[in-house]
Amino acid sequence: MYVNSYPKEGKFERYGGQFVPEVLMSALGELDSAYTKFRNDPGFRRELEVYLRDFAGRPTPLFFAEELSRKLGVKIYLKREDLVHGGAHKLNNTLGQALLAKRMGKKRIIAETGAGQHGLATAIAAVALGMKPEIYMGDEDIKRQMLNVFRMKLLGAKVHPVKSGSKTLKDAINEALRDWVTNVETTYYLLGSVVGPHPYPMIVRDFQRIIGKETKKQILEKEGRLPDALVACVGGGSNAIGMFYDFLDDDISMYGIEAGGEGVETGRHASPLVAGGEGVLHGALSYVLQDKYGQISATHSISAGLDYPGVGPEHSFLKTKKRVKYDCITDDEALDAFKLLTETEGIMPALESAHAVAYACKIAEAEKMGKDQIIVINISGRGDKDVMIVAEKTGMKL
Amino acid sequence: MKIAENFQELSERGEGALIVYVMAGDPSMSLTKKIVRALEVGGADMIELGLPFSDPIADGPTIQAASERALKAGMNPDLYFNMIRDIRRNTYIPLICLTYYNLVLHRGIGLFMKDCVENGINGIIIPDLPIEEAKQTISEANKNDVEFIPLIAPTSTEERMKIISSAAQGFIYLVSLLGVTGARAELSVTVKDMIGKVQRSTKREIPIAIGFGLSSPQHVRDAIISGANGAIVGSALVNIIASKKDDEEKMLHDVREFVAQLKEATIIS
Repeated sequence: MYVNSYPKEGKFERYGGQFVPEVLMSALGELDSAYTKFRNDPGFRRELEVYLRDFAGRPTPLFFAEELSRKLGVKIYLKREDLVHGGAHKLNNTLGQALLAKRMGKKRIIAETGAGQHGLATAIAAVALGMKPEIYMGDEDIKRQMLNVFRMKLLGAKVHPVKSGSKTLKDAINEALRDWVTNVETTYYLLGSVVGPHPYPMIVRDFQRIIGKETKKQILEKEGRLPDALVACVGGGSNAIGMFYDFLDDDISMYGIEAGGEGVETGRHASPLVAGGEGVLHGALSYVLQDKYGQISATHSISAGLDYPGVGPEHSFLKTKKRVKYDCITDDEALDAFKLLTETEGIMPALESAHAVAYACKIAEAEKMGKDQIIVINISGRGDKDVMIVAEKTGMKL
Repeated sequence: MKIAENFQELSERGEGALIVYVMAGDPSMSLTKKIVRALEVGGADMIELGLPFSDPIADGPTIQAASERALKAGMNPDLYFNMIRDIRRNTYIPLICLTYYNLVLHRGIGLFMKDCVENGINGIIIPDLPIEEAKQTISEANKNDVEFIPLIAPTSTEERMKIISSAAQGFIYLVSLLGVTGARAELSVTVKDMIGKVQRSTKREIPIAIGFGLSSPQHVRDAIISGANGAIVGSALVNIIASKKDDEEKMLHDVREFVAQLKEATIIS
């Protein structure tokens, strides 16, 4: 019913579309036809498979978190995307798109980044495939994620600081789009999430689907049945859609968790699906955070990767269909979950993924789940990049 | 006055149309009214008034900064339409609203167009609304007698040009280069070819105006000589406004003088 049915003509029912300057329309068309051509090309698929296996480290394990399961009285499995090369699920997409860019004959790759994980994954994929990436990153985010900036530079990426607007991910996307408008003939824009104009939400989803595909196979091997619930964090929503997609037609619950920041009631958050409305941002109709006139709002989250006022159009669609439940977790709850997983399992999740961990703890209790019921949490990235923030927020001195 | 009639009249006099752009509310609402006055007195044939959006993806640094200044000064769609009504009391040339789609969508497309026409806007340009997504907007614009002015880019295929030029009202906004708005040193050399292509894409008599990057009387003259019916200058004017914002009188004087030079350049015969 859902799988392989959308988008239709670039849309997930009313969501999605192509709201971009006319200059880009032919480039989006070119991208769409190239993707349609290569997605089922055996040579392309084989090359991607080899890179995913031998370079990225796939398949990633599905780990039974025994101690946490005992604590919560429910079976908790962790999908270990934190073990992907680069430290997050982002490489699944950047390898796919960089290979596509190469087949399209584009020499120059640009990308935006928030926390730096997508920028890093783009730089890694570009180096592996012999291309030079240029990364747009908000000035605020550069300050928050110095280490990732340095990593990108080591990989030979040029990092352009973005000083306009709120100086975060949203503005980095604006600037990358402006670059693309200017250099459209030579440049491939490697978008990092399931946002932006069609065909990006579809392409990025397809390259991230591997998360859910592997999870399904692994849980059937380990438990002989499908899980009762899936939990993933949602910024733009690429790790969540990647985890959910191959389960959409199965009878299981899914939870997409946004950044509640200091609490939705304070207005300082990044939860468009929970507290926003419909709007057009970065080329697609979806849920956005905006003021009463439609100006895009400033957002707040402890996690730079979730600090974004929009969300992928397919998530808006799945919300409207009530297929996925969207909720949010505050900064403090995420910090607690970061500590919990680190201390109980020896796994330090990214603060983004910690939102999903926190919510899994909540539903284990609230839904009165039994000890044989299964929750799979997508650990979309590892927490090394966040230790400075954790230290600062918890008053620890390094 | 209808935009098309305006072009018609100018062409009968052997002139191209000078279309100028400024951001509404930059640096303040009261000053925008005076700036519009200076633009008209200077000789502008039509004025595009930007309604600032938080995320203007088609704009370069000059107009981004103007958007930020205007938003900071408190500009919003309600104030914008009030201001248009005031301006309309003693402005006779066509006024065109330039804004991004989310502001139109959020107000309600029908209501936005109604506000346009009731307060004196003649046409609308929405740079992030390609023709495929514009169906409802065009129909609401038509209903309210607001002319929908679409953009054609150097990368537009012939197929797209046909669709766009058959839907265009007022004029076709032909983007002269690959890129965002902003003053450039030279006008793209391919302008003449592009005009020819657009003209061949339709049997209709629809004026073509060139925009993006035009910053001097020479650019304007080149555009008109290349066969365009109008030339659009924005960032160069916004730069004058930004650099003189502490000296109102000098700013208005310079704006008026610059526009007079630009207008002069549209008179070819």
